[in-house]
Amino acid sequence: MKEIDLAELERDFQAKIDADIKIEPKDWMPDEYRKTLIRQISQHAHSEVVGMLPEGNWITRAPSLRRKAVLLAKVQDEAGHGLYLYSATETLGADREQTIDDLHSGKAKYSSIFNYPTLTWADMGAIGWLVDGAAIMNQVPLCRCSYGPYARAMVRVCKEESFHQRQGFEIMSKLANGTPQQKEMAQDALNRFWWPALMMFGPNDAESKHTAQSMKWKIKRHTNDELRQQFIDISVPQAKLIGLSIPDPDLKFNEKTGHYESGEINWDEFWQVVEGNGPCNKDRVDTRRRAKENGQWVREAANAYAEKRRIRKKAS
Amino acid sequence: MSKALFEYVLRLGDDSLILGQRLSEWCGHGPILEEDIATTNIALDLIGQATTLLEYAAHLEGKKRSADELAFLRIDREYKNLLLVEQENGDFGKTIMRQFLFDAYRKLLFEKLLSSSDEHLAAIAEKSLKETKYHLKHSSEWVIRLGDGTEESHERVQDSLNELWRYTGELFFEDEVDTELKGSGVIPDVSDIQDKWNELVMNVLAEATLTIPNDNWQFDGGRVGKHSEHLGYLLSVMQYMQRAYPNMEW
Repeated sequence: MKEIDLAELERDFQAKIDADIKIEPKDWMPDEYRKTLIRQISQHAHSEVVGMLPEGNWITRAPSLRRKAVLLAKVQDEAGHGLYLYSATETLGADREQTIDDLHSGKAKYSSIFNYPTLTWADMGAIGWLVDGAAIMNQVPLCRCSYGPYARAMVRVCKEESFHQRQGFEIMSKLANGTPQQKEMAQDALNRFWWPALMMFGPNDAESKHTAQSMKWKIKRHTNDELRQQFIDISVPQAKLIGLSIPDPDLKFNEKTGHYESGEINWDEFWQVVEGNGPCNKDRVDTRRRAKENGQWVREAANAYAEKRRIRKKAS
Repeated sequence: MSKALFEYVLRLGDDSLILGQRLSEWCGHGPILEEDIATTNIALDLIGQATTLLEYAAHLEGKKRSADELAFLRIDREYKNLLLVEQENGDFGKTIMRQFLFDAYRKLLFEKLLSSSDEHLAAIAEKSLKETKYHLKHSSEWVIRLGDGTEESHERVQDSLNELWRYTGELFFEDEVDTELKGSGVIPDVSDIQDKWNELVMNVLAEATLTIPNDNWQFDGGRVGKHSEHLGYLLSVMQYMQRAYPNMEW
């Protein structure tokens, strides 16, 4: 393609984005836009699928029939989100198998929060409330993302995430208002999940290498720090409401700005977990890899059977 | 009659509960994402059925025990589920075979229970039948796919059938509980279900190129609380929270 054409295509593309016209799979798009989306959507898909594991860890031990059913439904939703999102990457020309292999080889990332262990039942509450709460903060603006299939998938995902967030808060609130032992369990879960939840928004704006370009392409609508602040402002009063305390001695409300000011995030820990040194990184990826390996004979059988049927149909 | 009915409903409720618990162990470990979703969904249906059935059992018992107390606070010998449903998951093929043998029985049973003289039981059967038909469709299709798939899949799923076949006789177990309820039209004649089950199962196995084992020894005991060693471990996990933190609301 001539250089002049490319410049024109890029100009038209940006004009569409500026006019809030959705980009669809067959439309021309810059290679970098496509790559950025494949990276982001596949990371998101991996997060949904790996995210099934820390909660799946408590399904067999859920304390009541109702809690077991709700948790099953929630984890099933996450698998569904994974499926839509893998399909969205396919609309961009990515290969689902390859995308999944990238997760298993450690090449692709997923949300670091799932590299923390779920040690007690209260962690199901903390994850729903804080982790799904933070995910909603990140994902609601994605419903207006410039790429059509991703934006539409997010509309459905966000509806379900808000149910997840409510069930998590309900678990926490029940525990916080329960026996002293239950309240302690809830506080301990909050202590362990608060900081990792804040890290879910990614590095500070000054350190975030993708933000500026993603905002220009309207893949991203707010910076990491803006979203993090919004999350803190919403979550702190929720903790107060159920009588739990945020594990941040520096946390204070600034009357002038109307925002909470929090202490410094431990970025060393953040980068350590991103680099693979979180408590569960290895377990999570190994578990997913094993699921794929153990299922290989099943997938082969399904393909072989489909092929036999095709041949039989042709013969008849 | 309500004592026999309590016992009967408990048996059905425990089947759903224990199989739902077993299936939920698969969550996050399925051979493909679509099957993770399907298996979790079936587990969810079974936990839903267990809740409805155990609530009814609790009501029939009249001792102010809740469905949760029945589900989580009995001892091993008080569970009345079939031995089949407590067997370990094994590979995906074994899980599917266990599910198929059970679904075929459950579907036929619920169809008969639609005309139970006990209206409440008939209503539960009606609601559960819809789900069970879907479960059976899913498990039969997989039995066929795996049986008539590759050499490896055929061998694996045939081994599972050989292992699980010994627990199918118990599907048609009868004792004085059944005799009493049959007399009053609450439950169907089991032999009627058994013939249909044989026909349904044989058809699917034939299409799957699988054969029933020659060794036809059959175990029972689940219906009267004599279980395999597997149940104790399943219960220790399932009951952990209720045992470690007694008398709390969740």
